[in-house]
Amino acid sequence: MHISRGFHGRRRAEADPARIPPGQYLTSDFPVLSAGPTPRVALDDWTFSIRGELDEPRSWSWAELQALPREDITVDIHCVTKWSKLDTEWAGVSLDTLLEGVETAAEHVLAYCDGGYTTNLPLEDVSGGRAWLAYGYGGDPLDPEHGGPVRLLVPHLYFWKSAKWVRGIELRLDDEPGFWEGYGYHNYGDPWREQRYSGD
Amino acid sequence: MNWRIGTVVDVQAETDRTASIVLSVPDWPGHRAGQHVDVRLTAEDGYQAQRSYSIASAPEDEGLVLTVERLDDGEVSSYLVGELRTGDELELRGPVGGYFVWDGSPAGPLMLIGGGSGIVPLRAMLRHRIAQGSAVPVRLLYSARAPGDLIYRDELVAAGREPGVDIRFTLTRERPDGWNGYDRRIDRELIADAVWAPADRPLVYVCGPTAFVEVAADALVSLGHEPGRIRTERFGPTGR
Repeated sequence: MHISRGFHGRRRAEADPARIPPGQYLTSDFPVLSAGPTPRVALDDWTFSIRGELDEPRSWSWAELQALPREDITVDIHCVTKWSKLDTEWAGVSLDTLLEGVETAAEHVLAYCDGGYTTNLPLEDVSGGRAWLAYGYGGDPLDPEHGGPVRLLVPHLYFWKSAKWVRGIELRLDDEPGFWEGYGYHNYGDPWREQRYSGD
Repeated sequence: MNWRIGTVVDVQAETDRTASIVLSVPDWPGHRAGQHVDVRLTAEDGYQAQRSYSIASAPEDEGLVLTVERLDDGEVSSYLVGELRTGDELELRGPVGGYFVWDGSPAGPLMLIGGGSGIVPLRAMLRHRIAQGSAVPVRLLYSARAPGDLIYRDELVAAGREPGVDIRFTLTRERPDGWNGYDRRIDRELIADAVWAPADRPLVYVCGPTAFVEVAADALVSLGHEPGRIRTERFGPTGR
């Protein structure tokens, strides 16, 4: 361990250390990180699709998504740029609902988005009540700059996996690195194991 | 990615709130203009804090330079700007990031749009362009509140005398007498005036506070620039 001369730090009394992964700090803001302009899509044109390794692709319109069972989700989120935010409140649909009845040999998922962003996840990690399509935040519709109308919410992984402006997932036999994963970020991204970069 | 120990060779005040920290890092693998590093501080009792900072130096520069803005409640920035001094050691790892970078691409003119300390990675790109003697035209639009908030002011003014380099400032709150730069917050009209036409297909890099980047990127898209040629880096809160 390398001591930084004269550094004492400001430990935040209000933070429960057990909820802050290594190397993270607590914020009450909601910073925005995106690699390009914020895409705008009309809800009439919006669809969410599941394609790839399944018998028949599935697709939902905005209205069809709204008709699916809504869940209110309160979770802690962790961004690879070091901030964590506790007890964030979301509304959306569980990926389990969308994947119900899908027969597939796929073990991997590539999420794709308006604006061209992609991110890869194990299928297992978007199943079992661990991933949602979120369209609400803090009681309001999800802001475009935070990924609205709909973003992926996978809070147990670093937040770049919770793809903004998501338009579908591709079920895949092989693991295709997504956008940041192709630029040296970790393929899986578990904040509790501090998997920020390739090789961590 | 391994942590390394850099030695502070120099600390240069840039403005009241910002300083450039010049580091000597043994075995530094090199970086690309626009990348950043992670910095880790450790207190005597083992408590640690990490943050990311953009690299301000060009790949050609001697020494790795981080320009840091001291934030009012900045646990790490207030240490880096205020406490850290020449001879101290600093733990860091990187370089990190591979998208918000400019390697000298001749694919179009280089347009840099920076707000506040968002100038830092853009300055690395500008220095890289000049160090390479590249013929790619470059234009910088840099927004700050007041003349005293302009980081690298003298250097940027001097860079503007190089062939193919066009440096433009906008001061949003306070301007010196006789100011002939822009005099307001960026908006669509200012972007339209300062940026090459979409037909010239500039590669555009925008870095600054979230609201600044949103305004600039939205304006660029509405003016007809291809979203895929606009790269952004945002920092700071959105207020909700």
